[in-house]
Amino acid sequence: MTVTALLFASYADVLQRESIEFTLPHGATVSDVVSRVRALPGGAMLPPTPLVAVNHEYARADVVLSSGDEVAIIPPVAGG
Amino acid sequence: MRTAIVDDVIDTAALLDEAQRDSNGAIVLFVGTVRDNNSGRLVTGIDYACYGAMAARELASICAEAAERFATVDIVVEHRIGHLTVGETSLAIAVGHARRATAYEASRYVIEQIKRRLPIWKREEYTDGTREWVDPTAVAVVGPES
Repeated sequence: MTVTALLFASYADVLQRESIEFTLPHGATVSDVVSRVRALPGGAMLPPTPLVAVNHEYARADVVLSSGDEVAIIPPVAGG
Repeated sequence: MRTAIVDDVIDTAALLDEAQRDSNGAIVLFVGTVRDNNSGRLVTGIDYACYGAMAARELASICAEAAERFATVDIVVEHRIGHLTVGETSLAIAVGHARRATAYEASRYVIEQIKRRLPIWKREEYTDGTREWVDPTAVAVVGPES
């Protein structure tokens, strides 16, 4: 299955891109996507357990993904 | 109740009008502005970026929670994104309620949840021409340089 990881702000800067498509086995979780991102050049700057949202809702690391999911890796927020 | 992520100037007077109701005895208006310094550095402006679809949804959720928790539908919030200069308004929260104490509490709830949950980021620009993303979780180093 294919999922899309979205990157923002400082995370997008260090990885030099705003989205990445991953092909993952069925049963893959949020944690698997984070691991794949952290394995990319610059990815080690991301914390091992960043905030993540799946399809616009915050999600835990053990959430099982479906094909087509949008997995956003959220840097520390700074609204206001 | 109304929430919006906007890319233009926030009209705070309009937000106050929206939160007004004859049965309300108080309207609390919180306005967040761009200040000219942070952690000892001089700031000239801030670029606000957001995860648009999620930010709109999360801001609406925060205000729905506040409406239920504090029993008022008179909550209006706008958060601006894009480039802002010093002194400009980045966020406005207007809360109307029968009682001032509850209006203050509801306003505080909304801003604190925004600080915790709203997927918005800011990149400060400094007088020396550099820019940095703000990380509120970073440990501030305060003290004399050595």
